[in-house]
Amino acid sequence: MPDYEPVIGLEVHAQLKTKTKIFCSCSTNFGDEPNTNVCPVCAGMPGVLPVLNKKVLEFSVKTGLAVNCKINMKSLFARKNYFYPDLPKDYQISMYEEPICGPGRIDIETSAGPKRIGVTRIHLEEDAGKSIHSPVENVSFVDLNRTGVPLMEIVSEPDMRSPEEAVAYLKALRAILVYLDVCDGNMEEGSFRCDANVSVRPRGQKEFGIRTELKNMNSFRHVQRALEYEIGRQCDLLDDGEKVVQETRLFDTAKSVTVAMRTKEEANDYRYFPDPDLPPVVLRQEWIDRWASELPELPAPRRARFLEQYGLPADAADLLTSERALADYFEAAAAAYNEPKKIANWIMTDLLRELNQAHLSVSDCKLAPEGLAALVRLVDEGVISGKSGKDVFTEVFASGEDPEAVVKAKGLVQISDASALEEIVDKVLAANPAEVESYKGGKKKLMGFFVGQIMRETKGQANPGLVNQIIQKKLG
Amino acid sequence: MTRLYESSLGELASALQDRRVTALEAVDACLGRITATEPSLHALISIQGEEAKLRAKELDAQGPQPDQPLWGVPIILKDLLAVKGAPTTCGSKILENFVPVYDAHVVEKLKAAGAILIGKANMDEFAMGSSTENSAFHTTANPWDLKRAPGGSSGGSAASVAAGQCFAALGTDTGGSIRLPASYCGVFGLKPSYGRVSRYGLVAYGSSLDQIGPLTRTVEDAARVLQAIAGHDPRDSTSVNAEVPDYLAALSERRDLKGITIGLPEEYWSEGNSPEVSKACQWAVDNARELGATLKPVSLKLTEYAVAAYYIIAMAEASSNLARFDGVRYGFRDKEASELIDMYTSSRTKGFGDEVQRRIIIGTYVLSAGYYDAYYRKAAKVRRLIRQDFDRVLGECDVLAGPVCPVTAFPLGEKVSDPLTMYLMDEFTVSLNLAGLPGASLPVGLGRDSSMPVGLQLIGRSFDESLLLSVAGVLERNLPRLPAPRGLA
Repeated sequence: MPDYEPVIGLEVHAQLKTKTKIFCSCSTNFGDEPNTNVCPVCAGMPGVLPVLNKKVLEFSVKTGLAVNCKINMKSLFARKNYFYPDLPKDYQISMYEEPICGPGRIDIETSAGPKRIGVTRIHLEEDAGKSIHSPVENVSFVDLNRTGVPLMEIVSEPDMRSPEEAVAYLKALRAILVYLDVCDGNMEEGSFRCDANVSVRPRGQKEFGIRTELKNMNSFRHVQRALEYEIGRQCDLLDDGEKVVQETRLFDTAKSVTVAMRTKEEANDYRYFPDPDLPPVVLRQEWIDRWASELPELPAPRRARFLEQYGLPADAADLLTSERALADYFEAAAAAYNEPKKIANWIMTDLLRELNQAHLSVSDCKLAPEGLAALVRLVDEGVISGKSGKDVFTEVFASGEDPEAVVKAKGLVQISDASALEEIVDKVLAANPAEVESYKGGKKKLMGFFVGQIMRETKGQANPGLVNQIIQKKLG
Repeated sequence: MTRLYESSLGELASALQDRRVTALEAVDACLGRITATEPSLHALISIQGEEAKLRAKELDAQGPQPDQPLWGVPIILKDLLAVKGAPTTCGSKILENFVPVYDAHVVEKLKAAGAILIGKANMDEFAMGSSTENSAFHTTANPWDLKRAPGGSSGGSAASVAAGQCFAALGTDTGGSIRLPASYCGVFGLKPSYGRVSRYGLVAYGSSLDQIGPLTRTVEDAARVLQAIAGHDPRDSTSVNAEVPDYLAALSERRDLKGITIGLPEEYWSEGNSPEVSKACQWAVDNARELGATLKPVSLKLTEYAVAAYYIIAMAEASSNLARFDGVRYGFRDKEASELIDMYTSSRTKGFGDEVQRRIIIGTYVLSAGYYDAYYRKAAKVRRLIRQDFDRVLGECDVLAGPVCPVTAFPLGEKVSDPLTMYLMDEFTVSLNLAGLPGASLPVGLGRDSSMPVGLQLIGRSFDESLLLSVAGVLERNLPRLPAPRGLA
């Protein structure tokens, strides 16, 4: 049996974060009552005309610049013709022969090192509505709220050779879009969707095998599993001397398999032609220059800087740069207290855990980065114990209060005054002569008993390290 | 004394402003004329009589508004212009009961100018045709001879204006659909430059070709209507943000044709034209020369390719534009169908007429994989060359002149089963739509054989409707006025 090499290309549909739709002024808000964000234009009433929302040019060109694409000064909207009940005009306005961005690239990290994935093109189009099939009656409904929401399609070259690479590409692309603030990257709600073209070929062969297109993958995990399954399926077919059929396949999330949807012969002839209602999109160099100047530091260079500047381990740099707001939070905290590794640890363990439990994003966090920095400093300098630190964190995370004020109000400041502690130690030792004898006789485990007694005397505020030192000194 | 319905829009507008006539009297005059003529003419699909009277009473109560140039003027719209709350059928069974939820841009503009909508005019279904015989509802007669066609596709608009049912009508022109019926019915019709008038609310046939324009009894009336509807509209991305000049001023400033060069494209003055059309048009341009114009023979060599390029582009666009009539959201749905595909197929088969189905099928074909390059892409190239051809000729001439159509109005039923002959009659009109240029049909007399009106086509430079209208105006003043159409009492 030959050794097969998978070949994967990805098409990503990213919903752009504009307030209004791409060709009318209806809201793009997700989750509203069906058919409330609809007007004659997006409902495709007779006689209406589309007017381009200029914001989508900014968002797509910024994306193009971020992934090193050629920006096309002139692009053209075309009509993609097909009948479907959730497509009110029975054609989708898209870009075809002249997209807004040409070839580019995204660099990804793989277990085998960095790899460069080609981006073929980026184009703009309108989303369709949603069909809802009644579970009780034999009827279907259509919700047009999503109709006309702007989509950006980012098409990759067939440059990926494993499901891991595909997922790494998707994560890198998603991070870029979220950094640019052009897409919220939510795969479950469908604002970041992915179709995969996949084929296999005997390793060493130049020509690509026959590919299938995979749809319905709503998480990175789905992408990984769908690709693994499909690659295995195609290899099995070839091993059995059969042929792969060019077709579209759906990922069945429950069974983790892919199922044939339609073959190439059944595919639509979309009869693309330039949309006569929309003149060519002509960009001005001054717009592009302005948008370029507004680009934020992107995830990959920021990750490299985090490794270099803060000396963070790779996994911390990965996690902290995965989201722009999180990276900003870290940098603000590290600026307030220059212990980046400690700050990173608090963020990765405590802050992210609390945020996840509360279903909050970093930008919703009540605890300011300066507050977290102050808390880390209080623990670090021994003003409060590590255990108190965790309690204070829970409290200030919920309330957003200043940690120092909370520590004071609750009297959590540790007793680190050696002479004060010595008095207490003397008192405890005098009250427990039998244990003192046993300890001196070799029962060193009694150290824990003495510390516990002292903690009880001080209501837990004694600095445990210091207490240890004093007892050892007294008992020799 | 002439009857009120026979006066021009200009005369009526001043009478209304001076309170010599009330808006209600104007509306009543038109409704009376509609009652008298509709049984034989069938120019309209719906009549908004009660609404019009109500509106007229409101206007009369407010009194004339000097800043509303069409205050109290009854008008009729081709039935593919969306009017909120009024049926808008496009002459099709598929939209028989369709009532728009919004007003077309031109409707907003006309209302703002004080005009009163009294009815919606018959048309070839979805503007596809040259005789108005493709209407799903009824055939409109030519007011000059009830057995002849009014031309199309804006045949109802032209017949209605000629018959005195209104003081102006709006039509649309994709390949000659204003100019041809204007020529056949003996009224003035203007297709403005592409982008001059917003298409928002015009149910599209060929989006890159469609343009709304007036049909009126005088050139000056058309200038008044154009003044009201022209101008940039942000809701139509193809509407051009160009200054709208004062058309009436341009019209009154020009007394003769001194310094005007009129190009006569040899391809339009063809041997194949009927002698009565050639003669009437020749007489008109001879008049123009006497009024000071220089006549210059020119050539538009690509004219013979225009019809082919036009029909490919128009049908391709139509196949996509008409896809939305699928029975899902509005319009006719075949309730018998049980599956989605059946519903699409049978709603469209039963809802659309033959000519519409023919054009959708051809349009679908020319865009199909493997045929796109040979048809659509090639037609788009021819279109660019035709535009260049006009640019060259209009660099040497101020306007071009020739017949609108090789023949006068033909008998109803004569060509309805011969679509190809019907398509070829558009030879002189379609080029302007491909090039986006303004064009007009000016009545220049009656044919000596048929005694039917002949229209002279005047073609202007892009966005220079002023010059076009002023040349037409001079000719109109110096040619004998047509009598009242003799087909009607």
